[in-house]
Amino acid sequence: MEYTGVRPPDGVQYDDSIVKMFLTACVVWAIVGLLVGVWLALEIAWWPANLGLPWTTFGRLRPLHTNAIIFAFAGNVCFFGIYHSMQRLLKTRMYSDLLSRLHFWGWQLIIVCAAITLPLGMTQSKEYAELIWPIDLLITLVWVVFAVNFFGTLAIRKVKHLYVAIWFYMSFVLTIAVLHIVNSLVVPATLFRSYPVYAGLTDALVQWWYAHNAVGFFLTTPFLGLMYYYLPRIAERPVYSYRLSIVHFWALVFLYIWAGPHHLLYSALPEWAQTLGMVFSIVLLAPSWGGMLNGLLTLRGAWDRVRTDPILKFLVVAISFYGMSTFEGPMMSIRAVNSLSHYTNWTIGHVHSGALGWVGMISFGIIYWLVPRIWNRPLAHPDWPITHFWLATIGIVLYTVSMWAAGLTEGLEWRAFDEAGQLKFPNFVEIVHQLAPFYWLRLLGGLMYFTGAIMLAVNFFQTIAGAASTAAPAPAAAAASR
Amino acid sequence: MSDTNARGYTAAHRILEGKSALFAVLVTVAILIGGIVEIVPMFSAGTGPEMLPGVTPYTALELRGRDIYISEGCYTCHSQMVRPTRAEVMRYGEWSRAGEYAYDHPFLLGSRRLGPDLHRVGGKYPDAWHYEHMRDPRSTSPGSVMPPYPWMLHDRYDVADIQASLRALRKVGVPYTDAEIDGAPAAIEAQARGIVDRLATAGITAEPDRDIIAMIAYLQRLGKDGRAALSAGTAATP
Repeated sequence: MEYTGVRPPDGVQYDDSIVKMFLTACVVWAIVGLLVGVWLALEIAWWPANLGLPWTTFGRLRPLHTNAIIFAFAGNVCFFGIYHSMQRLLKTRMYSDLLSRLHFWGWQLIIVCAAITLPLGMTQSKEYAELIWPIDLLITLVWVVFAVNFFGTLAIRKVKHLYVAIWFYMSFVLTIAVLHIVNSLVVPATLFRSYPVYAGLTDALVQWWYAHNAVGFFLTTPFLGLMYYYLPRIAERPVYSYRLSIVHFWALVFLYIWAGPHHLLYSALPEWAQTLGMVFSIVLLAPSWGGMLNGLLTLRGAWDRVRTDPILKFLVVAISFYGMSTFEGPMMSIRAVNSLSHYTNWTIGHVHSGALGWVGMISFGIIYWLVPRIWNRPLAHPDWPITHFWLATIGIVLYTVSMWAAGLTEGLEWRAFDEAGQLKFPNFVEIVHQLAPFYWLRLLGGLMYFTGAIMLAVNFFQTIAGAASTAAPAPAAAAASR
Repeated sequence: MSDTNARGYTAAHRILEGKSALFAVLVTVAILIGGIVEIVPMFSAGTGPEMLPGVTPYTALELRGRDIYISEGCYTCHSQMVRPTRAEVMRYGEWSRAGEYAYDHPFLLGSRRLGPDLHRVGGKYPDAWHYEHMRDPRSTSPGSVMPPYPWMLHDRYDVADIQASLRALRKVGVPYTDAEIDGAPAAIEAQARGIVDRLATAGITAEPDRDIIAMIAYLQRLGKDGRAALSAGTAATP
C-alpha cells in the first residue's frame, strides 16, 4: 500500500499555498486559544481576574476557549494536514483552488465571528455548539464547500486505492456534517436568539450525541488520519498492520457514535439510553487501542531515533496520551465511576489529556516536520523543539495530576457523611477552598504548555520570514519529495 | 505493509478502497445507526422522557431571565440536575425528574459544578438574597469564588422581542396561548412589580425593567413545579 505518494506525476502541481495558509492560521489560533485557557485557569484560582468586566467572565470566555481550541486550532491543523497529505496520496491537485480558498477564508470568518459574539454573551449554550444560528448557517455553507472540494478531489484522483488516512478524513467530513445539522435545528426568534426544536432530556441527548462525537470525529478520526500519513513518513517505516487498520477503522466509526449518553449517567435520561451509552463507551476501548497500537508498532525498528529526534518524541507522547485518555474515558463511563467523577475536575483533566496530550502534541510534531519542507528552509531555531517538548510534556502531567487530585477531592467530599449520617461538608464553599492549591498547580502546568506553544510560534514566524534554502534541491525539499 | 497479500476480508476491502462513492455511503450508514437507535425512541411516549403532571411553561419574565442565564454562561459553573443519590438529595433536595424539563429549550443540565447545583434553588432564598448575591456574591456566601455581576443591576432586559421568543417556543411545542403571547408585556410588568415590591420590603430599591429582576424570577422558579408535583404524590417513586 502506497503511503508516500509524494512526487507529483508529470503535469501536476500540488497546491501548497493553501497548506501554508491553514498552517499559519493554526499557529495563530493556538496562541489565542491557549492564552484564553490560561486566563480561565487564573479566574478559577483567583476570581477577580475577570477585571470586573462582563465580557471576560468565566461563563462567557469558557466557550471561547473551547471553540478556539477545537475549531480554530485543531480545525486548521486538520485542514492543513488534509490539504497537504491528500494531494500527495491521490497524486492530484485539489479539485478547485477557489473552493480551497473559500473554505479557508470562510472558516477564519467563522472563528472571528465566534470571537466577537461569545464575549458579548451571544450563545446557544450547547457545549461546542454555542455559536448563534446565523453563524451555524455559515458553518454549514463552508462545510459544504469543503465537502465538495474533498469529494471532487477523490473523483479526479490518480491513485485508485484510498489509503487509510483518507478513510479517516472521509469519516470526518461526513459525520461532522450530520452532527452539526441535527444538533443545530432551531427556530429563530431574533437575529441573535433561537430555541432548539428538542426539549429537555431529548435536547440533552442530541447535544451529547453531538458533543461526544465532536471529540470522536473532530479531535480523533481526522487526527488518526494525520497519524497514518505523517508517522510512517517521519519514522520512515510502513504502517504496522493493514488488517488492524481496517478492523479498527470500521469498529471506531460505528461504535463512537453510540457513546454520547455517558455524559448523562444518573440523569433523568431514560435508563435504556444510559445503559447503551455506557456499554458502547466501554467497548470503544478496543478500536481506540487498535489505533494506538498500530501507531506505536509502526515505530518498530525506529525506537533508537525516538531518543534523538524531538519530532518523533512529540508523536510518541501524543499516541501514548491517546491511549491513556481512551482508557480513562471508558472507565469514567462506568456508572459507579461516573457517579464520582461527573461534575468534577476529573472530567476537565480527562479532556485536557486528550486535547493537550493527543491533539496538541501530534500537531506540534507534524508542524515541526512540515514547515521546513513546505517553506523549503530550515527551522530558525532547530534546538527549540526539544525544549518545547519537555515544557509541554511536564505541563500536561502537572495539569492532569492536579485535576485528578482536585476531582477526587471534591467528588469524595460532596458525598462524605459524618458519624451521625449528616453531610460532612454541608457548605459547598468549604470544599471549593480545598481545591485552591490544585488550581494554582494546574495554572502552572497550563503556563508551561503555553510557553512551549509561544516558542513554536516564534520559531515558526522567524522561519517563514527567513531566507529560503538556496541549494537546489534543498535537503528539506529533497526529503519532502522522497 | 506487512500483510499486503492477505486474503479474505482484506482482499474485499482492497476492492472497496477503489470505490470512493461506495466507501462514503458505507461510512455514512455506519455512523447513522447509533444515532438513529438512540435518538428516535426519545420521541415516543413509551421510551422517551416521562412527563410530570403539573409542570407548566415559564412565564415571559422567567423566560427572559433564562435567556440571561444562558447569555452569561451560568451553566458553565452550575448544573441543574440533582442525581438520585443520598448525598445529592440531602445537599440539594428532591432528585430531578425528566418531566421537569419538558419545556426547557435548550436544556441546561450543565456538566460541571464549580458552584452548587441550582435545580432546587427556587424558593430556597428570598428575592433580596439573589439581588445581593449578584451584586456581591461574598456578601451572601462568604468565601464564594463567583465573580460579581453588578451590570445585572443596571442593564435592561428586552421586552420588545419577547413575543417573538414566545412564538418561536410555541413552534417547537411549548403550549403558549394567543392570550399569553399578546399579554406578555403586561404579564412581565405585573410579575416584575411583585419582585420589586418584595425587594422594597428588604430595603432594596430596584427598577422593574433590569436584568436582575428577570434573573430573580427565573431562579425562583427553578425546580418549583417539580417539587410541588412530587409532594402531591403524582410522580413515580425511585
